[in-house]
Amino acid sequence: MSTKTTETSLENLVNKPYKYGFRTKIETDTIEKGLNDDVIRLISQKKMEPSFMLNFRLKAFQKWQNMKEPDWAYIEYSKANYQSIRYYSAPKKKKKLNSLDEVDPELIQAFEKLGISLNEQKKLSNVAIDAVFDSVSIGTTFKEELAKSGVIFCSISDAIQTYPELIQTYLGTVIPYNDNFFTALNSAVFTDGSFCYIPKNVKCPLELSTYFRINDEESGQFERTLIIAEENSNVSYLEGCTAPKYDSNQLHAAIVELIALDNAMIKYSTVQNWYSGDEKGKGGIYNFVTKRGLCAGKNSKISWTQVETGSAVTWKYPSCILVGDSSKGEFYSVALTNNYQQADTGTKMLHVGKKTRSRIISKGISAGHSRNSYRGLVRMYPKALNSRNYSQCDSLLISNNSCASTFPYIKVENSSSLIEHEATTSKIGEEQLFYLLQRGIDVEQAISLLISGFCRDVFTELPMEFALEADRLLSLKLEGTVG
Amino acid sequence: MLEIKNLKASTDDKEILKGLNLIINKGEVHAIMGTNGSGKSTLSKVLTGHPAYSVDDGEIFFENTNIKDLSPDERAQLGIFLAFQYPVEIPGVSNEEFLRIAYNIRQKYKKLEEVNPIQFFDIIKPKLDLSGVNVEFLNRNINEGFSGGEKKRNEILQMCVLDPKLAILDETDSGLDIDALKTVSNGINNFMNKDKSLILITHYQRLLDYVKPDFVHIMYNGKIIKTGDASLAFTLENEGYEGILTDIK
Repeated sequence: MSTKTTETSLENLVNKPYKYGFRTKIETDTIEKGLNDDVIRLISQKKMEPSFMLNFRLKAFQKWQNMKEPDWAYIEYSKANYQSIRYYSAPKKKKKLNSLDEVDPELIQAFEKLGISLNEQKKLSNVAIDAVFDSVSIGTTFKEELAKSGVIFCSISDAIQTYPELIQTYLGTVIPYNDNFFTALNSAVFTDGSFCYIPKNVKCPLELSTYFRINDEESGQFERTLIIAEENSNVSYLEGCTAPKYDSNQLHAAIVELIALDNAMIKYSTVQNWYSGDEKGKGGIYNFVTKRGLCAGKNSKISWTQVETGSAVTWKYPSCILVGDSSKGEFYSVALTNNYQQADTGTKMLHVGKKTRSRIISKGISAGHSRNSYRGLVRMYPKALNSRNYSQCDSLLISNNSCASTFPYIKVENSSSLIEHEATTSKIGEEQLFYLLQRGIDVEQAISLLISGFCRDVFTELPMEFALEADRLLSLKLEGTVG
Repeated sequence: MLEIKNLKASTDDKEILKGLNLIINKGEVHAIMGTNGSGKSTLSKVLTGHPAYSVDDGEIFFENTNIKDLSPDERAQLGIFLAFQYPVEIPGVSNEEFLRIAYNIRQKYKKLEEVNPIQFFDIIKPKLDLSGVNVEFLNRNINEGFSGGEKKRNEILQMCVLDPKLAILDETDSGLDIDALKTVSNGINNFMNKDKSLILITHYQRLLDYVKPDFVHIMYNGKIIKTGDASLAFTLENEGYEGILTDIK
C-alpha cells in the first residue's frame, strides 16, 4: 500500500530480534590466533590424523597463500584479517567420551535451548543428529541404530581415524582443495564436520542431520561434510546452523561434498540461520561456502534444498556435476535478506552425461536495505546430448530500499539440449495484502501467508520436520513486535 | 446498521467523495448507481478502510460504532464484507486454507469454537453449490488462473462462508454471462435476510431484476444526488444519466 503506515508496519514486521543470539560460557581448548605451517601441524596433531591428511592440509595451505580472495560477487564487505582468526576452539573435555551421557551438561543445555535434543530418549521424529560446536563434533545420536543397516554417520574427525581408506578415496574429489580461495583455506584448517556413508542397496532408515553452532567470538568455523551414497542407496540429510550475536564478524567457510553412484539418491536440505548482524548491519557471520555434488553414476540424483535466512554476507552456490547418463540435479532455494544483509547465492548445473536433467527453483525475498542476488550457471557440455534444464527465479521485494538481482549464465555446447529460464520480480502485492485484510486476517498473518505462498514450490521439497521449521523461521523473521 | 454522515474522502490529494450521506437499516438492499468516476468504488474502499484513501471529514457508524479509524481487518471482523470488482490472484495460497483461516477468525470473534479442516469441509460443502463453485476450487490457489466469472463466484462463496452483517458488492455483475448472473443472484438472495444489509454497486438494471433493491441511489461527483425505489433504476435505464441530471438541475 502506498501510504507510509503500511511501509512502517512492514518494516516492523521484518525486524524481529534474533532468538539464538545467546552465548554459552564454557571452558575451551584454543590455540593462538593466526595461520602458518605450525598451526596446521598443531590442528592435525590435536586431531591425531594419519600423515596423508597433514600432507593434504599443507598442500592446500601452500596453494591458499598464493590465491586471491574472489571479488566478482555482488557483495561488499571488509575482508577478514586471516591472521586474527583463531583456527581451533573446542570445548574442554577431561577424557575421551564414550557416550553422549558424558558430554558436558552445559553443552547439552545449549543445544536444548536451540531446540535440538541430543538425548536419544527424547527421540525426535526419526532424525539422527551430529552436533558441531565451534571446531568439533560433540556427539552423534543413533550411531548404533544406523550401524545395523550398515550406514556410517559420524564426525569427519572420527571418520579420518576409523575409515581412512574411504576418506583417502573420496575427500577432495568433488571439490579439489585448489578450487577457490575459501576451499583452499578450508582444506588447510578444517576441524570437523559430518561424514555419511550409505552402502549399496540401503535406504537410510533415519533422516541424518548436522547442527552447527558457532560460539567463540574470535574463532572461525571451517567444517567439512562428505556424503557417499553407493549404488541404489538413498539418503536424506539436513543441516541447521545458528550463532551468538557479536558486534564483530565471524567467518564460516565450509565445504560439502556429495557423491552419488549408480541409481543413488541424495537429498541435502539446509536451514541456515546464522546471526545476520543488527539493524545497522553491525556484526553477523560471513558465510563463504562451497557445496558441490557429483552424480557419478547413471540415473543418480542429487537434490539441494536451502532456506537461507541468516548471515551478514552469503556467498554460496550448491552445485551438481551430472556425469552419469540420465542423472538428475535439483536446486530449490529460498533466500530471505533483511536490514543490511547481502546474499549472492545460486547454483551451477554442469551437464556432462547424456540425457541429464536439472531443475532450478529460486525464490529471493528482500526486506530492509538488503541486497539479494541469484547467480546461476547452466552448462551443457558437448557430450551431454538430449539434456534439459528448467530454471525459475522469482524475487519479491518487501521494502523500497532493498535490491534484487538475477545473474543467469548459460552455455550450451551441443545442439540437442534444451534450456528454459524464467524470472520475475515483484513488490509485495499491496492489493493482495488488502484482500486478505478485508477477510479479517491481520497484517502479520496476511504477510506470512503471502510469503509462504511465494515459497511454496520450495517448501514442498523440504522433509516434513524441516518444512515446518522453515515456515516457522520465516514467520519469525517476518513477525511483528508482538508474540 | 450503517450510517454515513457528510463523508469526504480523497486519494493522492484528489477529493473523490464530497459530502456523502447514507443510512442503511437491517434487512435493506441498497443499489448504488452512477457514472464512471462518480465515486462508487471509492465509497466501497473507504468503507472497508483501504489505506490508499484518506477520510478528510465526516463519520462512518457501523452498528453505532465509529469505524473511521479502524484497520481493514478490524472492520472485517465486525462483519463488513467487500466483494471486489477485480479480485486479486494470490499464488501459493489455497482457497481452502485462506477461507478456513478467515472463517476461524470470524468464529473467534463471535466467541465460537474454531474448526479443523474436516469440520470446515462440512460447512463449506453446501455453500459451494449455492455459489455455483466446483469443489476442486478449494485446492486451487486464490483466484489464480480463474476466469472472470469464476473470480466473481468465488467472491460470493466467500461472502456465504464468512456470513457478514453488511456486504458490499462492487460490480459483481460486470462481465458475467446471463447464466452466471442467475447463479450469483441466487447466492446473494440466499445470503440476504432480515438481519443483514446489502449494498449493490452496479451499472446495470439487469442485476436488479434478480436481486430486488429497496432503495436506489444515484451518485454523481462524489455525492448521492437522487434516491428512489426500484423504479428509479428503470427511469435511469430509459433516460440515462443525462435525463436524471437535467431533472435535478
